[in-house]
Amino acid sequence: MLILRCPYCGVSGEETEFHAGGEAHLKRFGPGSSDAEFEAYLFQRENPKGVHFERWRHVNGCGKWFHAARCTATLEVFGTYPAQSTEPPADLRKAISAKRPGWKWREFS
Amino acid sequence: MSRRIQQGGRLIDRAQRESFAFNGRQMSGFAGDTLASALLANDQMMMGRSFKYHRPRGPVASGAEEPNALVGLSAGARFEPNQRTTTTEIYTGLTARSQNHWPSLDYDIGALNGFLSPFLPAGFYYKTFMHPRPLWKALFEPVIRHSAGLGKAPTEGDADRYEHFYFFADVMIVGGGIAGLQAALAAGRAGAKVLLIEQTAHWGGRAPVDGVMIGGKPADEWIAATLDTLNAMDNVTLRSRTMGAGVYDHGYALAYERCEDAVPQARGPRHRLWRVRAGQIITATGAIERPLSFPGNDVPGVMLASAVRDYLVNWAVAVGKRTVIVTNNDDAYRTAIALHDAGEAVPVIVDARPDAKGPLPERARALGIRIEQGCGLSGVKGGKRVTGAQICRQSGAGAVIEEVPCDAIAMSGGWSPVVHLWSHCGGKLTWDDAQAHFRPDPSRPPIGHDGAGFVIAAGSANGEMLAGACLQDGDAAGKAAIKALGLKAKGGAIAQAEAEGEHPMMPVWLMPADATPELKMKIFLDYQNDVKLSDVQLAAREGYESVEHTKRYTTLGMATDQGKLSNINGLAALSQALGADIPDVGTTTFRPPYTPISIGSIAGEARGPIFQPIRQTPMHAWHSENGADFEPVGQWRRPYCYLRDGETRADAVTREVRNTRQAVGLLDASTLGKLVVKGPDAGKLLDLVYTNMMSTLKPGNCRYGLMCNDNGFLIDDGVVARIDDQTFLCHTTTGGAERIHAHLEEWLQTEWWDMQAYVANLTEQYAQIAVVGPKARTVLEKLGGMDVGRDTLPFMGWAEGELAGIPARVYRISFSGELSFEVAVPASRGQEFWNKCLAAGAEFGIMPYGTEALHVLRAEKGFIMIGDETDGTVIPQDLGLNWAISKKKDDFIGKRAQQRSHMTDPNRWKLVGLETLDGTPLEDGAYAIAEGTNANGQRKTQGRVTSTYYSPTLDRGIAMGLVLNGPDRMGEVLEFTRTDRPPQHARIVDAVFYDKEGEKQNV
Repeated sequence: MLILRCPYCGVSGEETEFHAGGEAHLKRFGPGSSDAEFEAYLFQRENPKGVHFERWRHVNGCGKWFHAARCTATLEVFGTYPAQSTEPPADLRKAISAKRPGWKWREFS
Repeated sequence: MSRRIQQGGRLIDRAQRESFAFNGRQMSGFAGDTLASALLANDQMMMGRSFKYHRPRGPVASGAEEPNALVGLSAGARFEPNQRTTTTEIYTGLTARSQNHWPSLDYDIGALNGFLSPFLPAGFYYKTFMHPRPLWKALFEPVIRHSAGLGKAPTEGDADRYEHFYFFADVMIVGGGIAGLQAALAAGRAGAKVLLIEQTAHWGGRAPVDGVMIGGKPADEWIAATLDTLNAMDNVTLRSRTMGAGVYDHGYALAYERCEDAVPQARGPRHRLWRVRAGQIITATGAIERPLSFPGNDVPGVMLASAVRDYLVNWAVAVGKRTVIVTNNDDAYRTAIALHDAGEAVPVIVDARPDAKGPLPERARALGIRIEQGCGLSGVKGGKRVTGAQICRQSGAGAVIEEVPCDAIAMSGGWSPVVHLWSHCGGKLTWDDAQAHFRPDPSRPPIGHDGAGFVIAAGSANGEMLAGACLQDGDAAGKAAIKALGLKAKGGAIAQAEAEGEHPMMPVWLMPADATPELKMKIFLDYQNDVKLSDVQLAAREGYESVEHTKRYTTLGMATDQGKLSNINGLAALSQALGADIPDVGTTTFRPPYTPISIGSIAGEARGPIFQPIRQTPMHAWHSENGADFEPVGQWRRPYCYLRDGETRADAVTREVRNTRQAVGLLDASTLGKLVVKGPDAGKLLDLVYTNMMSTLKPGNCRYGLMCNDNGFLIDDGVVARIDDQTFLCHTTTGGAERIHAHLEEWLQTEWWDMQAYVANLTEQYAQIAVVGPKARTVLEKLGGMDVGRDTLPFMGWAEGELAGIPARVYRISFSGELSFEVAVPASRGQEFWNKCLAAGAEFGIMPYGTEALHVLRAEKGFIMIGDETDGTVIPQDLGLNWAISKKKDDFIGKRAQQRSHMTDPNRWKLVGLETLDGTPLEDGAYAIAEGTNANGQRKTQGRVTSTYYSPTLDRGIAMGLVLNGPDRMGEVLEFTRTDRPPQHARIVDAVFYDKEGEKQNV
């Protein structure tokens, strides 16, 4: 059972306080998009072994959505940040690079 | 024979007798006895029969690793199967029954399996019970079920109480041996919050039994003093009878406390499950002795040398009068010496090593005990009890050089650290060649949330097999944990422990080394599952190279003991058969719990009425008192119908439907979700989450809306009321309120976070009561206070005011097709309003109606229900709801998805009404049969029933269903499946069965 820190209320809580919401930084494709774009938005996920960015909601707490950077192999949590972000914060990316040199996730590294 | 000796027994209190029953026979023991030690004291060596061959079995161990001596405890609602006699403390009144035999322990018919054993090799079931298929149900399964399996499952509900307990610790230490105690001292002195748990009732582990001296005194004295020190520390919590069950992600751990197992009929919880979050976890879980693989090693009376020593020193029980020792290491000599010191006969020590020259063998020699070096056992005489040991050369094929009469054999194949907890969460192991065991690899520990290791192994669990090293290692572990937590370790001397040094052991995986195939068939690797050396070798020959596959094929290491004794011997046998090194073969996965825990402890308090919180409307008590037959709807309980004297449920539903259609009905609709969406962008948000346009809705009006997910599928529906320019009240389905609230929050927070709108769930703030039927307006007019006339409050309008002096918001919406008002009042006044409605409506024949009548009423009108007509694969277009899908909007959630080719396929199944030819209702979920069969030989289908009811209004069965090209096939008759009966014929009709023009709701 993971421990996560909610970046809104600052609480470090048990996993049961939170709810996982799948991959982060998806770009929504709506009407006017091609079939390929829409399929990718709905179904294609990174599913990496290693550094991953994912969505969580502090559902039994402040109710806010946030993002977590986590290693899917070791379960190490590199950091959390608000869901109102279009990319992982620079300092977090730097911190991940220190621990996982050469990491790459979608267009981020 | 096994018996109690006159002297010693450090754990028993000879002043206090306890009487208990075993297989109906009264026996007695002393306080402090385990069931195993008490049975052995009564010369009851045989305690059960084996799983597959029903061979007679006695205890082989003295603790948690015991595979054989399992019994059923107590009876009735307190019956518990598969309990280890070696860990069960006796008390007066305890009753135990042995398992796996029929008709009795001594005479068992299943033992015939033993004679058939050459025909029951590894994978027997897989190979034999494949064909012919029809025999499975009739023959194979009943036979297997009768003869296999361990204890029987209890048949009654559990009468005991259980609880969960939450605990947070800086350092959790599992194992109260000397390493764990020393680790607790080190961590406790530094001021950390420490939890130290021990699975048995006693502290100190094996040190006192092994005769260890600490600081020049017997280990017991150091243990008592250390406990005093720890108990005096406010920051240290100690719990005995508490087993470390599992280690999970990020320092989460489970511990299993047996609070009242030794105290019958106690008032407290029987077991307590500790849910611990620890900064650092130290596993000081000790080591387990391994059996030796020699022919006949499962005959009752063959035991681990450490167990023989435990029974003697701890409980003053000599398991035999003449005990032969067979070993590959020095530790077993401690057993020989202890037996000799107690005056018991040790005819011979059989040591597989060519020469035994350590201090312990020298002491045994000095005591005059005969030692045979370079020898092993090639056979054990006796069936239900050992009568002799056959000595052979270890290096040979097993030719007997001497037969020694004896009634017990103490064996030792070396020690394996208990690495389970280390491994549960990903800690890796390394192979220690010198000691021939796996030990934790400190460079690859389980990883915590911060990327650092959070488990430290200590003492013999870490491969430190001598007492002095154990103390040093425990201290180092405690200090390492303190450092990892960022605290400062304090000094404090470590006591010096003295125990005789040990010379190297010699790995022996097969005794004798070149045993013949006949002998191999008598060597048991896994006692609990009756897996023999020959089975593992056969599996290897048949291509099972992976240890995980071999485990499943042979059942090695399965069931309640999970191979605590058999794992290393089994994989050593596999590696030899494969010609590979043991570390390359690897271990099977260690999974929690370490030893079985009660299902009751997992459930904890969550049983009966508090299994799940029940949501109740403000009128719930009234419903209960007035015949409500409740059904669960989400976490709510809603009246299915209100039963009157002598009525069946069907009678009640029919009465409620007719009364609502003909007079007036009253429905508690408080469970409907009520979400307020407010803000300058509220309309914009709702335009995106509903398929239709909500921003154009005028204040004072209502509009029915559909919500989809971005996959295009319909997820909820309900009526939206515009309260004012910036405020909408969105009704959701009963089960959907929280889910839809979360759905809106998700889009608002993660996609359109620039929108100025917020959502609040007001579901429980209002009691909502639907007054439904031709006389509904008359009832409200009698209550008085608001003009609810046709022109002032038209259909799909709402108004705010007072009814009977209670603030009310009245929505003129209808889910029944009748004239209908849904009245929302403050929750605190719901019951009052309900009563007033009943009183005012009495003269018009008002009656409450339940959810089933609600369903029938809506089905008669062809209204869909989320969860009936939808199942997560249905889009609004399938249900003929195109009128509720805006064509003007650029975007809404689900719009793009509904443009996909599969969604626009004209051959999707679509909603129609169904009318049976014979008038009886269709079966729920029935399929419409099509011509031909599919690839699996099943009939093809062309539709299915989504809702089906008996309609009291039409006095016939009516249904809705999704049918291939349904709307284009009006009047066609289809065949629908029925369970165990021939298909039923139904005609495709319009889904609106009643008042097609909608005049009744609009009066």
